This record gives sequence, C-alpha cells and structure tokens, in this order.
Amino acid sequence: MQLTVWTYEGPPHIGAMRVATAMEGVHYVLHAPQGDTYADLLFTMIERRDKRPPVTYTTFEARDLGTDTAALFQRTLKDAYERFRPQAMLVGASCTAELIQDDPAGLAKASNLPVPVIPLELPSYQRKENWGAAETFYQIVRTLAAPAPADVAGPGKPAREPGQRPRCNILGPTALGFRHRDDVAEIAKLLGETGIDVAVVAPLGASPADIARLGEADFNVVLYPEIAGVAAKWLKRTYGQEFTITVPIGHGATRDFVAEVRRLAGLPEGEAASSAPASNLPWFSRSVDSNYLTGKRVFVFGDATHALAAARVATEEFGFTLCGLGTYSREFARDIRAAAETYGVEPLICDDYLDVEQAIAAAQPELVLGTQMERHIAKRLGVACAVISAPVHVQDYPARYSPQMGFEGANVLWDSWVHPLVMGLEEHLLGMFRDDFEFHDAAVPSHLGSGARVAAEPARAVTTAATPPSEAAETRAAAAPDGHLISFDWLTEAEAELKKIPFFVRGKARRNTEKFALERGLSEITVETLYDAKAHYSR
Amino acid sequence: MTGAILRPALPGASLPAQGCAEQPVLRERGQREVFCGLTGIVWLHRKIQDAFFLVVGSRTCAHLIQSAAGVMIFAEPRFATAVMEERDLAGLADANEELDKAVSRLVERRPDIKMLFLVGSCPSEVIKLDLSRAAARLSERYSPDVRILNYSGSGIETTFTQGEDNCLAALVPQLPESLAETPQLLVVGALADVVEDQFARLFAAMGIDDVRFLPPRRARDLPPVGPSTRYLLAQPFLGETARVLDERGARRIAAPFPLGAEGTTLWLKAAAEAFAIDPMRFRAATAAAEARAKRALEPLHAELSGRSIFFFPDSQLEIPLARMLSRELGMQLTEIGTPYLHRQHLAEELALLPEGAQLSEGQDVDRQLDRARAARPDISVCGLGLANPLEAEGLTTKWSIELLFTPIQGYEQAGDLAALFARPLDRKTRLRV
Repeated sequence: MQLTVWTYEGPPHIGAMRVATAMEGVHYVLHAPQGDTYADLLFTMIERRDKRPPVTYTTFEARDLGTDTAALFQRTLKDAYERFRPQAMLVGASCTAELIQDDPAGLAKASNLPVPVIPLELPSYQRKENWGAAETFYQIVRTLAAPAPADVAGPGKPAREPGQRPRCNILGPTALGFRHRDDVAEIAKLLGETGIDVAVVAPLGASPADIARLGEADFNVVLYPEIAGVAAKWLKRTYGQEFTITVPIGHGATRDFVAEVRRLAGLPEGEAASSAPASNLPWFSRSVDSNYLTGKRVFVFGDATHALAAARVATEEFGFTLCGLGTYSREFARDIRAAAETYGVEPLICDDYLDVEQAIAAAQPELVLGTQMERHIAKRLGVACAVISAPVHVQDYPARYSPQMGFEGANVLWDSWVHPLVMGLEEHLLGMFRDDFEFHDAAVPSHLGSGARVAAEPARAVTTAATPPSEAAETRAAAAPDGHLISFDWLTEAEAELKKIPFFVRGKARRNTEKFALERGLSEITVETLYDAKAHYSR
Repeated sequence: MTGAILRPALPGASLPAQGCAEQPVLRERGQREVFCGLTGIVWLHRKIQDAFFLVVGSRTCAHLIQSAAGVMIFAEPRFATAVMEERDLAGLADANEELDKAVSRLVERRPDIKMLFLVGSCPSEVIKLDLSRAAARLSERYSPDVRILNYSGSGIETTFTQGEDNCLAALVPQLPESLAETPQLLVVGALADVVEDQFARLFAAMGIDDVRFLPPRRARDLPPVGPSTRYLLAQPFLGETARVLDERGARRIAAPFPLGAEGTTLWLKAAAEAFAIDPMRFRAATAAAEARAKRALEPLHAELSGRSIFFFPDSQLEIPLARMLSRELGMQLTEIGTPYLHRQHLAEELALLPEGAQLSEGQDVDRQLDRARAARPDISVCGLGLANPLEAEGLTTKWSIELLFTPIQGYEQAGDLAALFARPLDRKTRLRV
C-alpha cells in the first residue's frame, strides 16, 4: 500500500474517459459502483464542458455482488446503446469491478451490438491515468483503423499527385489535457504555413470514421507521447507512417519541429521557415531588461513531455539554472534520467507529493515550474511558481487563446514564467533597502497585488530534522559526512547580517555558509564566516 | 405504497392537517450521479480537529476525494489514502501487514493526531479486508495516544452523506457512559462551529444547559451517552447513528430539521417540550432570533415565490429543503429526489410538505434528466457532474454540494440558505451575454 495525500494521476479508467470524452460518436460503458461518477465533474467543472462525458456507469451495490452484476452490466450496455446510438462503444471496469471479474469484454461480445465494441483491460492496481489514455487510444486505433493495403512494406505511400500538399495526422490531444485544445490549433496553423495539410486530429474531435482514415496520411505528429506514443508505433508498423519525435514546446523546439516535419513530408530543406512569423521569445530574452533572469535557480516537475520541454526552454531560452528535474510519469523515467544527467541534476522520478515537496525545499529554487501540486508547495515555501503540466485546475483552462506549443506557445511561456518573479529593478531595490517598512522582503512582488509571503525561507526541517523548531532560531544542525549531526551556532550578528540578504537568495547563502563552516570544522558562525563563505563561493 | 407510517402527534399546533406523508414514491434503479460516502471526509476532517481519516482503497478513492474537495486545501490535510496495489490483492495477510506499515508511517508523521479512522472503500470491502479487526489490532498498539476506529464509506454501501452517518455511528460505542440522572440533550450531526455556538446559546437561554454535540470538535471531548440522553438530529441522514444511540438507551426527539425560520423553531421547540420548558420561556428565548430570520427571508420571498424547483438526489437534505423553500419562500415543488428516504426520521418533514410534489428515491439519471427537461423547472438542484450540462441546456441550477459546505442551519443562516437559491436566478437576470 502506498500512503497517498494527493495524486498526480487518476486511475487508468479516467484516462479512458479522457479519450472517450474527446471523441465524437463514442460511448463508454463502465462497470463501476456508485461514487465513481465523480469523474464526470472533472470534465464538466474543471474543463467547463457543456455536455456530460459519454459514459454510462452500471452503479452496482453491495447487495448485487454475487448475484447478477453481470446481467446488470449487459442491461446497462444495451440501454446505453439504445439511448445514445453511438458509432462505437468502449467497455471496461473500474477498480472495484476489476475485482469481481465479470468479464465486460465477453459480456459485450455476447450482447451482439450492431456497432464495434472495444473492450478495455486497464489494470487499476498497477497502472494510472496516462497509461489508461494511451492504451485506450491504441485499442481504438487498432480496432477502427481500416485494414492496411497489402503492399505497404515501409515508408512509401503511393506517390502524391503533383501539386497535392503532404498530409499528416495530429495524435494525442484529449479532453482534460493541459492546453491541448490550443496546442492543436497552434500546431495545425504552423503545419499549414509549412505547407502540410492536417488529415485527422485524434482523439480530440475525431469520430470512429475519422479513425478509419488515419492510414491515409503521410506521417503522424505526436503531440503528447504519453498518450499517442503506443498508437503511433502501431501505425508505423501497420501503415509505414513515420512519426515526429520533437515536441514543439519553446522557440528552439518549435524550429526543430518544423525541420522535422519538413523532412517527414519530403519538403525541400532550408526553404521557407524563416519567413514564418516566429516568437518574441528570443528578443525578449536578449533584451537587457532580462539580465536579472540569468542563473535563477529553477526546479522543474511535471509529466515527462512538459518537464523535458521546460528544462530545455528554461536553460537555453531563459538562461536559468536548473536545480531539479523530475516527473511522475514512471513510463518515461529513462528520458528524464538521461536529461537530468546532461543538466547535472538529480532526477526525481516520483509520484509521492510529500517527497516532491521535500526535494523542492532542499533544492531551494527561486522559481518552480510544476503542476497544480507544485503550485501549492511553492506557495507554502514562498517561492514563485508557474504551472506547466497536468494535473490541472479550472485556472488551467483560460478563456483566452493560450497554447504551450508552437511560436505563440513560446510567447505564452515567456509571459507566464516571468510574471511570478520579482522584476529586475525591484529586485535590486529590495536588496538595497531591506529595512524599508513598506518595501520589506516579505512583501510579494508589487505587480502581484498585496499580501505577505507565507514563509520567507524554505522549511528548515529539511536539514534540521533532529532539531525541534523552537530552538532552531539560533542553533542549526547539519549532517557531517560520517552521518552524525553537527550543530551550528549562528551568532546574533551573523543571523542579523543574513537577514539583510534578499529572501530569494538567503536560503542559498545560509546553505553555502553552513557548508563552508562544515568543511572547515567551524561550529560558530560569525559575520566573518558569512562573508568568507560568500567570497569562497563567488569564485 | 410501502412504508407508510402513522404521523405522530407533533409538538406545536401550527401544523397543517394535510401533507405528503402518504404520497407515492417513485423508486428508481439505474445510474446514480452521486458521490460515495468517502466524500464526507472533506468536511468531517475539518470538524474533528485532531482526527485523521485514512481511506483504505484504490487510486480512484484518492482521486475522488481530491476532486470532490474541488480546490486542494492549502496544507497537508488530515486525510490520506492507503492505495492498494497489485501485491495487496494477492493475500490478505500481506494487506494487513501493509496497512499496519501505512498506519505507523502516518502516526509517526502526525503526532498531533488523537483519533484515526480507517475508512473502508469498495475495493477493501470486495476483498473483505476486515478493518474492524485491523482497528482493534492497531488500537492496542497505539493506545492510549491514538484511538483507532473504522467505518465504511464505500460506494457499494453508502451514498454521500451516509459516510458521515457511518462515521458518527462508529463513534457511538466510544462515548463514555452517562451517569446523569436528569435528562441531557445531545445534538447529533456535523454542524458548522458558528451554528453550533448559536444553538448552544439558544438552548441555554431557554434553560437547557450542558448541551453536547456529536461529533465533538476535539476527539478527546466525546460526549457521554446513556438512558438519560435525549438526542436531537441536526441532519436528516443519520439513520445508523440513531440506531446505535438507541441501543445505548438514548431516546430521539422527533422533529423537523433546523432549516429556515419555521424549521428551526419547530426543531428547538421539540427539544423544549421534551425538556418540559415553559412555553413562555421558549418564546422569550427564540422570538427575537425567529423574527430576525423572517425579516431576512422577506426580500428573498419576493424573488423566489412561485418559482419551480426540481431536486436531483444528493445528500438526503432534499426533503427538508423542499419543505423550507415551499412553505417559507413560496416555491413550487416539481420532483424531490432523494438517494434514500428514511420515513421515520422524516415523518415530521413529510407531514409539512405540500401535496402534489413527486417524491423519488434512488436514481436512474438519464430518465430523471428526461423528466427535468420535460418539467423545465426554474431551478434544478444537482451535483457538479450535471450542473454545467443543464446550464448549457438553458436550465438554471444550484450546486447541491454547497449545501453541505456552507452553514445553512438555524435562524441566523435562514437568509443565507434562501440566498443560495436566489443567486443563480439573480445572476440569470443580470447577464446580457
């Protein structure tokens, strides 16, 4: 059993619902007890959808167990078909129904419905939401895609008519995704400007008939590998369609993506692209005003796609320093580990909210790029934060057009990552006039309204677990290399001097000073130690 | 029809002779668009300030509570889920061992916790993980620092507010034996602290001292119970809690529920009569507050009178709310859906309902939606999964969950309660987009 406070992902049938809800003409019959209908509100409230998800739940009760839950499933399936008349149906079980083993797949087959019925086997006690979405999309594609022409042996569709533009599918966007709707619009526009037509977008907005046409395109664009990766690989095996590897988040990745799709589409290299309107990000980042962003410590955590993209954008396009990189997507642990190594940080592969919080507190970042969970962590630690990935909140569905992908997406990243920070000049003034009663360092940035910071300094508990909070003000402890705790005596003047350092670097200064003292076996920290350490680390 | 009971003689002479106590009930069976009993943790963990709720369930359970809470609470909450994994299903011995580990981690992490509820879920019940034995075993280990109890919040057995019922019922055997010889009043059902304080003042003013509340705000303040205890239900969904209180010799004071000015007066009056309070003293204690509540309702009467209302089943508060909205605000009732109809506890409420309202118990959500579309009520009270889709169809809605997360009981909240229903209508008349 895993002790869980908040979860990053729902169970796998939520992933199936995200796919079903994204599509047209599909209905999902879920064998599930009362209460599992809570999932509807994710779509109707968080995403503000104006329709109920196309899901019917069997709602079995304790008294049904061992009697006729199978009959209840069949009856529900038949009624749902009669009422909604979908073009294809999905059937499956939630976690509890999985235990009673009614075999929805077999029961559905026996029901002989006049439409394709796709059984979903989603092991609830092993897998999670994104895996469930990927598996569901894969099963839908496998079942509904038209048979491959016999002569498909490799990449090499029938040659295009002269003048006909190359075509691709866009795969991966679902309901309840992080900015999926806007990403699709942005990337479809970008592809159009590049000279490529979009055949089918799936699952978002696709009908079973659209799925049947997937094989007609020249190649596939995989926007979210977590969801579309498995299906894209199957399409490659079956129709010989290549698929994109680059996820176009950030200015550089978008340029790489354009180059990649041009190659896959067989368009001449080097042409165009430069004429297309690019993002404002490069100039904004080079403008002198942005100097203060240099080397800011950034902690990145999210689903693998968005975390990897954010790490690249943060370092290459904002000039930040990465102080942590992690994901809750265990399926992509290898990619995150490889990336973390190139950035020289410890990878964090974890879906335990409390561990993530501890890692962030220990890294003492100045900006957190994370999910809604990390937004809470950052708020508690008094650190700026921008949301880059699901799990989502109603605020992640803004009324305005706000993609993460493409050149407009790069503009959005610029605005939303810089906004939570204290602006350059303000940061300097805070540093110079720390004792100003209106301008003290516990105030939030002036453009973010009034209010006080929750905690000016990250939790001390991280390094001082053995020290009761009451005496932590003066004496702090750190683990010596041999494991036993060494306590530091911060002299009053040194502590006061430390407070004159702006809050956003104070944690780093404290940590460096203690590390410096530890290495030299000093148990007393004076003002001199503080400045010796400063000089030592500024080299 | 089944289950019709004789209407008991009610305290007070102001009740009408007719009512809907014997009207037929539409019983439905199908997809239920309601939460399971785990959801009650969202308010219970705030109410009992040193209790922790550990759901023993699946990732779905954790996701449900997180989603039902709507916004994530900005602190480590006093609830968590021990998420069962593949290996826990392989053998119950392992599951028990794993549970013990999860509990010990939790107790270490939260030394401030004095009471821990192990909350059963659909999967824990289907695999027959015996949480009462686990609670007994763990109690032995952590007693006296932490008291460990268990109850079921599973969807196969409980609907939404029945989780609170099961939680309070689990507390009852823990209550100390009352040694009092004179009758003592116990108010049962989680109320907002502010409402509790108001009621305590009203009871004191009418001469009933030493009123206790269940659940208490602190786990160590468990109220005593015994044959001298007379209890008053503050919520309509406490059937099991009432049953176990009766077993301890306590006796229920039959009353409508304290919603609206009239409902609050009848509820307080039932207690006053059970404690033989002088009617003059009762009037003196309540008249000013009742008049204030009626004044607060007046402007809302103008807005709501004649408007029709349709209740989808949710919390079992539907019948008391329908009574209040029809009698005190002049609203027209169409269908009153309730997940479960406890005829005995609601006898006084049913007697006050006007004739003509359709009662329904249970749910087949698609058929009920068809009925709502046909009735086109001015306002539909429904859960979060249905609200936006109905709004998109042009039907104005009121989220029912707000009725659990807002103080609505008592005189001082009567106006707030009515305003919850007036606001969506007000909004509709304001908007020009």
